[in-house]
Amino acid sequence: MDPRRGARVVIDPKVRQVGFFAPGASPGRTQSGPPESSSPPVADNSPTGNSLSPVMIPPPRHASDNLLSARPALYPPLRRPGDTIPVGSYNPSEFFHGTSPTASFYSKVGDGEFSEDASGAGWTHRGNSGKVASSFPGGGFDLTAVKPSNLTTVSVVNMPPGISVKSGGASIEVQNEQPASSRSLKEKTSKAERRALQEAQRAAKAAAKAEVSKAPIAASGVATSVNAKPAKVSKLSSQKKDSASVTASEKKGVDRPPEKDRKKDVPHPRMQFDDKSRVEKAKRRAVVRPIEVRNRVELFRHLPQYERGTLLPDLESKFFLLDPMHPAVYKVGLQYLAGDVSGGNARCIAMLQAFQEAIKDYSTPPEKTLVRDLTARLSSYVSFLIECRPLSISMGNAIRFLKSRIAKLPLSLSESEAKASLQSDINRFINEKIVLADKVIVRHAVTKIRDGDVLLTYGSSSAVEMILLYAHELGKQFRVVVVDSRPKLEGQLLLRRLVGKGLSCTYTHINAVSYIMHEVTRVFLGASSVLSNGTVYSRVGTACVSMVAHAFRVPVLVCCEAYKFYERVQLDSICSNELGDPDAISKVPGREEINYLDDWAKSENLQLLNLIYDATPSDYVSMIITDYGMVPPTSVPVIVREYRREHLWI
Amino acid sequence: MDFQVVVLAGGTSKKLVPLVSKEVPKALLPVANRPVLSYVLELLEHSNLKDLIVVVEGQDAALRVGGWISGAYVDRLHVEVAAVPEDVGTAGALRAIAHHLTANDILVVSGDLVCDVSPGAVAAAHRRHGAAVTAMLCSVPVSGPLESGSSSGKDKTKKPGCCNIIGLDPTKQFLLYIATGPEIERDIRVQKSILRAVGQMEIRADLMDAHLYAFKRAVLQEVLDQKDAFQSLQQDVLPYLVRSQLRSELSLNGAPHTEENGHDKVVPGINQVMLSQLLAKTSTPSFHELYAMGPNGSAPVRRTHKCCVYIASQDKYCARLNSIQAFSDINRDVIGEASHLSGYSFSAQNNIIHPSAELGSKTTVGQNCMLGEGSQLGDKCSVKRSVIGRHCRIGSNVKVVNSVVMNHVTISDGCSIQGSVICSNAQLQERVVLKDCQVGAGFVVTSGSEYKGEFLAKKER
Repeated sequence: MDPRRGARVVIDPKVRQVGFFAPGASPGRTQSGPPESSSPPVADNSPTGNSLSPVMIPPPRHASDNLLSARPALYPPLRRPGDTIPVGSYNPSEFFHGTSPTASFYSKVGDGEFSEDASGAGWTHRGNSGKVASSFPGGGFDLTAVKPSNLTTVSVVNMPPGISVKSGGASIEVQNEQPASSRSLKEKTSKAERRALQEAQRAAKAAAKAEVSKAPIAASGVATSVNAKPAKVSKLSSQKKDSASVTASEKKGVDRPPEKDRKKDVPHPRMQFDDKSRVEKAKRRAVVRPIEVRNRVELFRHLPQYERGTLLPDLESKFFLLDPMHPAVYKVGLQYLAGDVSGGNARCIAMLQAFQEAIKDYSTPPEKTLVRDLTARLSSYVSFLIECRPLSISMGNAIRFLKSRIAKLPLSLSESEAKASLQSDINRFINEKIVLADKVIVRHAVTKIRDGDVLLTYGSSSAVEMILLYAHELGKQFRVVVVDSRPKLEGQLLLRRLVGKGLSCTYTHINAVSYIMHEVTRVFLGASSVLSNGTVYSRVGTACVSMVAHAFRVPVLVCCEAYKFYERVQLDSICSNELGDPDAISKVPGREEINYLDDWAKSENLQLLNLIYDATPSDYVSMIITDYGMVPPTSVPVIVREYRREHLWI
Repeated sequence: MDFQVVVLAGGTSKKLVPLVSKEVPKALLPVANRPVLSYVLELLEHSNLKDLIVVVEGQDAALRVGGWISGAYVDRLHVEVAAVPEDVGTAGALRAIAHHLTANDILVVSGDLVCDVSPGAVAAAHRRHGAAVTAMLCSVPVSGPLESGSSSGKDKTKKPGCCNIIGLDPTKQFLLYIATGPEIERDIRVQKSILRAVGQMEIRADLMDAHLYAFKRAVLQEVLDQKDAFQSLQQDVLPYLVRSQLRSELSLNGAPHTEENGHDKVVPGINQVMLSQLLAKTSTPSFHELYAMGPNGSAPVRRTHKCCVYIASQDKYCARLNSIQAFSDINRDVIGEASHLSGYSFSAQNNIIHPSAELGSKTTVGQNCMLGEGSQLGDKCSVKRSVIGRHCRIGSNVKVVNSVVMNHVTISDGCSIQGSVICSNAQLQERVVLKDCQVGAGFVVTSGSEYKGEFLAKKER
């Protein structure tokens, strides 16, 4: 139970600031699952552990599932007491960034919704357990207990949510004692008792094994098989993460299958690039041969290093050799690589349109099913796009949406119908989640612009631009300050367009932001993503601008479509970021004579770092304007949670 | 990837007159003892482009080229040979086969190209920008014999060197102006509208058009249909497209938009506009888009098309066999500095001597030489930087420097050949001295004669 201590330690925010961990680092925390889950009162610890792990090693797809899987265990105890204190204690985990508004918001949200959410996220894809779950307003515990029952009658028992399959065998043998023990243990929180419980479980397990030789084993076999293979439930839920990171205390043998499952999976996008073996593997798989980068910055070694400059010619020359790639996807990949398309919305739209083309030209090969083959095809496209440029969060969400749509296709549909439905789904996503969302955002944001305002914006955000133009159309009298930064100087393009429309603008660089901030009455910013702790993940420099604005007591309004919200939690911009072209910052455009760093790569002592994103803490953000209205940053997780279902199924 | 490839193999070019003949069309001229067309075909094969259309001028030539291809590339490539009448020009040739073209984009390659630039790169650049045409430019090869500074050779090389004037935009991705060959006058005219839209233009004379183009099929066919007078791709079609890029007369159908409207009719039009704006704004616009947007940045008002370029990097080899000088240059380069193109493996002495070749005593074959199958050299011969074809018989005391000797040539004792090309079945009698000469096929040079910089060929019957 030593790991338990680790879990506690981790709750301390200061410690958590340390950004990145090797995947191996997390087991301690997650491993504490079983005992807690059997003793719910403790659960407020485990969620921190669980919800934290994505910060450490955030595999985006699984991370979300992880969080959710943690929820059922965690919410009931939180809410059942009915007091906000547990929420508060929970908050420092950055999950809700708790302040009273959130808490109240929570209390408003009914039990049923919670369980519904949990079911929706975690399990409904598979079975109908969602309905069953929601019919149990009692909360998460019931729900989790019920869930397996849908899958198989054998393992009704079990599944204290934390352990799901990894201890499949164990849980089954314990089944007789468990309900009782877990209930009785509810109050007991001390370590000793928990240890005692575990001991008891083990003993029971052993005993069960000894006495009931055949039947339970068969049963457990069924259980594991059910949980591990057909029901990807287990894979989706915490088990995946847990089992991967569990060091050992549980059975090794049962540990295996999920491990294999994991291997079969696509390499998750958040690969740690300082992990040599994985990088090697990825290289072997890669379509494009990456070239060794020199002078990496030590602190950012875990990120995919910038190698696009060398990649582009390589990829171009392979144009005709990449047969499986659809031309439209290839084109988009090239455009990402060359920087022709940038910006979260544009990249997402370009990708979706390419996928639309690909789906249009798709025909199911003989002896394959559309659902599986198309998903595999899409995955290969996506991994190609990742090689071109790491996915933005908006793209990740869109891909997830599309895959879930494919998975949900009724089998009765003919191929052409299925394709048509997918294409219209994509159209709908683009229209509803991006175009209409932007319109709604514009409508909302315009109400915040008054005559005589001086609005500051940073970089070039499509949403902000639309807001400014719309406000101008409405005849509002205001002035715009465009703050820009090297090396991309995106603000210049924005400036050109704004001035072209007749807005009165001031253009300055970010180093002058503290001077100009005196005059400013509002700051409008775009975002690449808003994370569920309210952190705004955006173009590098945004954090600086909003901090200055905060210091000057200027409200900071972040405009972000809700499809870019992400359930991940991030505290810094180190653990997950993207590296840009280091040459870009060493070159001064238009002034050849001061390019002193021309041959910087030769010097081993010089490392250039060109980060693309930064994370703005929610403290600096006054309001987030999204298609669901204007919300405080603390409400982001609520939107993520409540509308997630809508995101996935529209 | 939805590309179709057309190889323009030409016919019997006039520029190469003593070398080419009815028996040897231009496409089959040997470069390091392989027909020049094989370099293009192998380049394409290497890029996994196996469905080709080879267009040859003249029925006879087509037969010969087709025969050779079917012999050499059976089971490797799927080649269709089309014969077009002579003197229709490259544009005419494409016009003649236009109905065979179905793919979205067409890659047009000249059959006399010897290069190692992947055509995929051009295609990729084309696709990336969605261009109407993409041309490959390469730096003008350093031509002329390296050591023997023969005056005539230099004169010939000077000419093509200043033949290309190419205007590029600052990002070196778009073609703003191109003038090649004879159309260059004393002064060049650049359109003001283009200059104004781009702001800055870089004029280069050190680049040449490699005759590797990617065309949008619709554009190509439209231009070919509308402009009947256009003869040559390089001199008519490409400059026309470049000239008209900002006031496009092409009915370029905005493919993605129409399609989208097709299967999503419920969406109000305003959303489409917004969508395209969203896409256009967040990505860096090229000057085309800026220009098309008009002064107020509203919806596109002007039609434009893009003419892109792909500039091959300096370390790539790229040359066209379009003159006699180029012929000997390429022959020398392929067994010299660009030896990876030849596909042969070099010996330790950096030359290729076929095992069945016989060398007399005290005969030296220097670096960067090639000796074909079954050739015989007498005693005390010296061969430097030259290609000698199959079954040649060379007597004693013969010097061959910087020259190309094709197949079945007989060279008697005491000859000295410098910087010359000797075609198949020619015969050089004793003590002939040739410098910078071209000897036509089957020609007999009488003993003791000395020539410098002359064409020696049989009179046309």
